[in-house]
Amino acid sequence: MKLNAIEQELLETIADLHKIPTGAVNIRKNGEGILRHSSANIEVRPKSDKPGIDVIVAPNTKNEAVHIPVMITMSGVKDVVYNTIVIGEGADVTVVAGCGIHNSGMEKSQHDGIHEIIVKKGARMRYIEKHYGSGQGSGERVLNPQTLLTMEENSIVEMELVQIKGVDSTIRDTKAKLAKGASLVVTERLLTHGNQKAVSDMTIELIGADSNAQVISRSVAKDNSKQVFRPIIIARERSKGHVECDSILIDHGKISSTPAITAEHPDAQLTHEAAIGRIAEEQLLKLMTLGLTEEEAEDVILRGFLQ
Amino acid sequence: MLKLESVELQIANGNENVSILKDINLELEDNKFYALTGPNGGGKTSLAKVIMGIYKNNKGKIIFDGRDITNLSITERAKAGISYAFQNPPRFKGMKIKDILRISSDNNSLRARLRAVGLCPQDYLDRECDTSLSGGEMKRVELATVLSRPSKIVIYDEPEAGVDLWSFENLLQLIRDHHNKSNVISIVITHHERVLSLADEIILLADGKIVDRGPSDKLLPLLRTDSRCCWEDNCGGNDNEIKCY
Ligand SMILES: Nc1ncnc2c1ncn2[C@@H]1O[C@H](COP(=O)(O)OP(=O)(O)O)[C@@H](O)[C@H]1O
Ligand SMILES: [Mg+2]
Repeated sequence: MKLNAIEQELLETIADLHKIPTGAVNIRKNGEGILRHSSANIEVRPKSDKPGIDVIVAPNTKNEAVHIPVMITMSGVKDVVYNTIVIGEGADVTVVAGCGIHNSGMEKSQHDGIHEIIVKKGARMRYIEKHYGSGQGSGERVLNPQTLLTMEENSIVEMELVQIKGVDSTIRDTKAKLAKGASLVVTERLLTHGNQKAVSDMTIELIGADSNAQVISRSVAKDNSKQVFRPIIIARERSKGHVECDSILIDHGKISSTPAITAEHPDAQLTHEAAIGRIAEEQLLKLMTLGLTEEEAEDVILRGFLQ
Repeated sequence: MLKLESVELQIANGNENVSILKDINLELEDNKFYALTGPNGGGKTSLAKVIMGIYKNNKGKIIFDGRDITNLSITERAKAGISYAFQNPPRFKGMKIKDILRISSDNNSLRARLRAVGLCPQDYLDRECDTSLSGGEMKRVELATVLSRPSKIVIYDEPEAGVDLWSFENLLQLIRDHHNKSNVISIVITHHERVLSLADEIILLADGKIVDRGPSDKLLPLLRTDSRCCWEDNCGGNDNEIKCY
């Protein structure tokens, strides 16, 4: 299979793919699977009843990755996809999802990815989802991911949710349920510019004893863009949770962040913090004393912050 | 040579202007090591910031090697060879120590630069310059960012603050080596008698004015008798330091 320059750029940006990976992979373009293969331990198969795939990772699979990027390169596409990912007991794998839209036309292009992820007992998963939009067209680039994560006993998940740039509108809905001893870290990085809008809702339920979750969200709203964050951690058992939202405003960006914590058990320990503000003046000054211009300094600070 | 002519600085505080620096006249010669001292709030940091361009003087001129730099931006002054190690260096979320070292100089020997300030590169290169670093660690990183820059003037704002006594002598040696190697004007803002005694000249700044200035061997005994710290009796402080007014 040959990729053109735009497809190449999208894949590199959202999935760090510089060539077609040799392991388990599914690449979806403009609503159709264009490349799919399984590996010995990771099966990738299309769903029979609706668009989307099942990714089945065999128990005890170690150090493997599966790439399931989505590209939209045409204007006026609305793609809805249902993916189910099951990580077998004791496995340790990386899942690289992500979506890139290149819209150079006038019509809206939209991708709604609905992911159901089950991480079995004692398994570990690193999940990376990057979103990116490009193209000069006036047509909107819209991404609405829904993720439903079920974590079984003693499983470990690290999620990195990143929206790099160019996405006009996003409504992100993430739900997670953690069984006994499960551990979840979600890091979210978001940059909006122009007139973009981003909403992120997250509900994490600590259902089993000694489970723990951390949500660390960092975002930058530039120009006239708007962002809303509503992460909630609910502790139903003896468990620990921490939510942190940290945002920088540039120009006329607007951000609302309301991290919430709910304890339904006397031994729950939950904390939250949120901060919104401009770049600290002293940071700009310091970098300027090292010879950077104000614009260069701002750029360096934001890149570090969103790393 | 750096020359300040009738420099004044006012800063707006609420709806009135407070006078911070008053008619400062100062000539600093190449290759000399200056210690700038005086009570807290005397204006030392403000003077450093005026030289760096962080504060804009309301009156007077700053002449650097014959060139009027009064209207140059911070960036332009940095490029012209003025360096300033902050008294309270800011923290950066997400920026690694190696990142800020790279910004400060394209000299690639990051490890050597960290070792020089007493930070083990193995442990520190990938640490973030955020609030997880202690005050003393941050001061060392700050020093590392300044020492590798090609400078003609280097101002160190209380480099000893937060640094443990044992490392202090090493840091001081580092500053002196840099001074001797690079033909710079060094200005160390300090309360430390050891630094004062090593300086070619001491400048005493109080209440926004230059109160006295002279060679270390003349001024230091004066400072010792006149303005010796009396914390010893009051609060058990260290009598190596200059009295607070
Ligand atoms: N940005 C500022 N805004 C208001 N007051 C300031 C500002 N910077 C300095 N000052 C005031 O100027 C005086 C001198 O401060 P500073 O230069 O930091 O003194 P030093 O470094 O000698 O302790 C102090 O009274 C301080 O409160
Ligand atoms: Mg000071």
